[in-house]
Amino acid sequence: MAVSRAPVTHAVTGAGAVSNLVLAVASLFVMAAGLAASIVLAVAAYAVLSFILPQSMLLRAVLVMVLGVTACVGYFWSSNKLLDTIYPASGENISANLNKANAIRPWLFLGPSLIVLGVYLVYPVINSAIISFYGPNSQNWVGTYNYEWLARDASFRESMRNNILWLIVVPAASTFFGLIAAALTDRISWGNIAKSLIFMPMAISFVGASVIWKFIYDYRPEGTEQIGLLNAIVTAFGGAPQAWITIPFWNNFFLMAVLTWIQTGFAMVILSAALRGIPEETIEAAVIDGASPFQIFYKIKVPQIWGTIAVVWTTITILVLKVFDIVLAMTNGQWGTQVLANYMFDWMFRGLDFGRASTIALVIMIMVVPIMIWNIREARKERQ
Amino acid sequence: MNGAVGSRPLLTWAVHIAVLLLVTAWTIPTLGILVSSFRDKEQIVVSGWWTAFLPSERNIVARAAPPDEATEENGRWVLRGNIFEDGAGSVSAFGVSIQRPTEFAPGDAAETRGGEIITVQENGDYVISYPQRPEGSRGQRLFVTSLEAPKFTTENYRTVLFSEGLGRSFINTLTVTIPATVIPILIAAYAAYALAWMQFPGRALLLATIVGLLVVPLQMALIPLLQLYNNIGVGKSYIGIWLAHTGFGLPLAIYLLRNYIAGLPREIIESARVDGATDFEIFGKIILPLSFPALASFAIFQFLWVWNDLLVAMVFLGNNEEQLVMTGRLRELLGSRGGDWEILTASAFVAIVVPIIVFFALQRYLVRGLLTGSVKGG
Amino acid sequence: MAGVLMKNIRKSYGTTEVIHGVDLEIESGAFVVFVGPSGCGKSTLLRMIAGLETITGGDMYIGEERVNDIPPSRRGIAMVFQSYALYPHMTVYDNMAFGMRIARRPKEEIDRKVREAAEILHLSPYLNRLPKALSGGQRQRVAIGRAIVRDPKVFLFDEPLSNLDAALRVATRIEIAKLKESMPDSTMIYVTHDQVEAMTLADRIVVLSAGNIEQVGAPIELYERPANLFVAQFIGSPAMNVQRAVIDGTGETTTIRLGEHKAAIPIPSPADMSGAQVHFGVRPEDLTVASAGSGLIDGRVNLVECLGEVTNLYLDVENASEPIIVKLPGVQRLSRGEVVSLSADPGKMHLFNSEGRSLLYL
Repeated sequence: MAVSRAPVTHAVTGAGAVSNLVLAVASLFVMAAGLAASIVLAVAAYAVLSFILPQSMLLRAVLVMVLGVTACVGYFWSSNKLLDTIYPASGENISANLNKANAIRPWLFLGPSLIVLGVYLVYPVINSAIISFYGPNSQNWVGTYNYEWLARDASFRESMRNNILWLIVVPAASTFFGLIAAALTDRISWGNIAKSLIFMPMAISFVGASVIWKFIYDYRPEGTEQIGLLNAIVTAFGGAPQAWITIPFWNNFFLMAVLTWIQTGFAMVILSAALRGIPEETIEAAVIDGASPFQIFYKIKVPQIWGTIAVVWTTITILVLKVFDIVLAMTNGQWGTQVLANYMFDWMFRGLDFGRASTIALVIMIMVVPIMIWNIREARKERQ
Repeated sequence: MNGAVGSRPLLTWAVHIAVLLLVTAWTIPTLGILVSSFRDKEQIVVSGWWTAFLPSERNIVARAAPPDEATEENGRWVLRGNIFEDGAGSVSAFGVSIQRPTEFAPGDAAETRGGEIITVQENGDYVISYPQRPEGSRGQRLFVTSLEAPKFTTENYRTVLFSEGLGRSFINTLTVTIPATVIPILIAAYAAYALAWMQFPGRALLLATIVGLLVVPLQMALIPLLQLYNNIGVGKSYIGIWLAHTGFGLPLAIYLLRNYIAGLPREIIESARVDGATDFEIFGKIILPLSFPALASFAIFQFLWVWNDLLVAMVFLGNNEEQLVMTGRLRELLGSRGGDWEILTASAFVAIVVPIIVFFALQRYLVRGLLTGSVKGG
Repeated sequence: MAGVLMKNIRKSYGTTEVIHGVDLEIESGAFVVFVGPSGCGKSTLLRMIAGLETITGGDMYIGEERVNDIPPSRRGIAMVFQSYALYPHMTVYDNMAFGMRIARRPKEEIDRKVREAAEILHLSPYLNRLPKALSGGQRQRVAIGRAIVRDPKVFLFDEPLSNLDAALRVATRIEIAKLKESMPDSTMIYVTHDQVEAMTLADRIVVLSAGNIEQVGAPIELYERPANLFVAQFIGSPAMNVQRAVIDGTGETTTIRLGEHKAAIPIPSPADMSGAQVHFGVRPEDLTVASAGSGLIDGRVNLVECLGEVTNLYLDVENASEPIIVKLPGVQRLSRGEVVSLSADPGKMHLFNSEGRSLLYL
């Protein structure tokens, strides 16, 4: 028997007249009671303990963490207990009780997640869309003014152009290098060490990476010793040193290099797993048919992992759409390197215009939507 | 493949070299700041870090001892001394005028217009001999080009950790990261179990919603949440950022854990049910222990994500000493100390060292997590 | 101890009905095997007894209690799964103790029962091991041990041997048979698609097909007196040979015409069946080679499979859609293309009407 992914069905059938309303009210009650109990307890414990313990930031953080976890566990435990008390699995109503309890229990498990997802993701998406029709303080309705402004704004056009450049170059370059690295490292004995090292930039923050690369792009006037690696190489070959990140248009590519450097490892890891998942027989068959290693790679292996390449590509695409830290840290959008996410941040904190900032955020959102729909459809297909 | 008869040695070599090149290209940037962060701050600016282990050339303007200290020797007044205060270095050239600082080789005798004869030896010893008894307390200026031994120091780290405030930021980052990693795991695990093994109306819809939320850009959430926080008085606080990171990490947590939990053998769960375990007990006694690998991979994701985050911290935390996280501090230093590479490289290394350790220690789980659900929201 | 009673049990997934009204009584202390091809609903039926599947219609009783709405843990059953379903993070001891710990039994009782069960199943040396450190057979014994300590009224086995290799399967089968002997009062219900397991273990076999019960009976009864063509061809290996025939004479003994040959079979038939098309069945092991022309069926040898202890002949027969298989004892030196005539003891012949039902049961 194949392991089915269908849920375990409870041994209890719909005994009929269970009012959905009653169930909903009951589940809300149980959830609220459990939540209230655990929060009251946690807050009380916090008050008492923070009074006793010395004032230390770290200690307080640890305390809040422990209490937060306890409150979480407390919520699940107490709401579950309460449910079992209201609908006990004994006595004459056992089957009706089990029915009701089993209808409510999933919602107890889901409750905290649903609340957090609602407040932190669903509500903001809707609210952002609304704010984009309001002025700077979200007080007065301005209709489509922000959108009209956006359409005429030169910086926005520049950001769009750059974002599109990023969208083309970074996923392509990362996937390309990742594929090469995956294919090559799988063939050598020290491949795992090589993989670890190529993968390592994944752990580095975008700001950290920006510092690292700014050091590489460092520029000193001609005639003095270059301490940036790139200029040192250029001058060693007799070229003139350049202030790379200020060269209009081309500087975008120097910023993209940073993200490519980070993301190649990700692409490599996923693609390497996919390559190893290819049935060995197809490769052996190709070897017997006389294919060269390159032919095997391009004609046998790559076509079999298209699906994975697509996943890698879209994942990096989503990341690229939101690229912010690198641009902020390296150029802050100067010299023609502005991108949407940084531009949005600009209007949010320097321009202090929430309406315009939300409009720009919405543009990013709209660019994500096709991928979102594709993902949902893929996930559905997988489950069927 | 590798076992096949007649594999070509030339191709194998090409592969080795290609991988070596790739690895070099991918590690050199990090190596650069690591090496630089340990170099003397004066050496950083005069030579590339790749020459860090070679002696570096330095131009020194030294002043000889005051002329009135000269003593008479064979009819001339002679002054002796060493231009290196600490005795290290090696003179490759010297001069007596600013226009021609490298006019003479070590050991040469340079004669000035006043008739003084000046000799500087390779080890920095100089001899100035005057025709008459010299006067004055201002010593002769000597221009020396010196080769210095490489100097390594931990001074940069001391500076950034204690006087640039990075130490404090390190603690702030830790304070943000740990709860923001632990809280989502717990609530997501329960939700994931419900989505995987319990039956309720709207399950499929909920799953689709979570997959959708996985890619919602963070930018959409910033302004409404900022306004919400200000309205309900949360403001810029740690609790605010913990919950924000929880919210942004939750879709991935639920998605990853659900996929893993749904893949556990159905019979094990049924067996526990026959044994009389309730859903709550099944979750605690069977699902959680068995899901450890998935929990670990999400924990690493979330840890790296939160530790490395700049945007959320900039929006939901303040700029003050108590709240500025490391990424924020690093960005500030990039602005204010743009050219001080000894500060920047050491700071950058402090900021990346913890994630890199976590990365190397737990890489296995990270890879596994990437393979089960390779879409990161936020 | 308790029996199981099913009254018109039905199961649907959405609009698809997979169990079409099963009535079955299983006596207390019986060893009943559900057998049938995959997809016949045998596992679903077992899972409905366990409470792992909801019951769409009908009533299910364990002992005196109607259990339709009772959760699995309160039905007094224990189940042994095909994949063992051991908790991989618990030791053998903890695996067996889990159910009793959930039920908050006293420590001493848990310990005593676990050790007793381990003794019975020769698992005592392995109590502190994790399942991954055990062999397949040992794992299956742990799964059985886990069932024993629950002290259930009814044991349910869902294809417990199908993940074991052939040798272990035989050994474990014998152990299960011994286990049943040592627990004569326990009711055991066992699902398998392997008829050898069914024949060797069962007091009674329930043959299922496409969500219906085809026949219930003792193993030999099913072999000797199959109620229909399905059972006839499902039980026994190679499967029973079936040929079309016409009834020539009715009465206490039925005479059929099979091509040019005639046979009188000691099975009664009603007079109105005279001239009717029927299915004539005979098991490969009941056929013998007769001298040419004197037998019931003539055929040309197409393939000879000599296995040593038996020889299987595949014969092409005129007007027959499928080859006739003959299972002869020992080594037979026949070669391809030889024409042989087959005969059989009329007492071992079977007749089924056009709907496939045995004339014995009309």
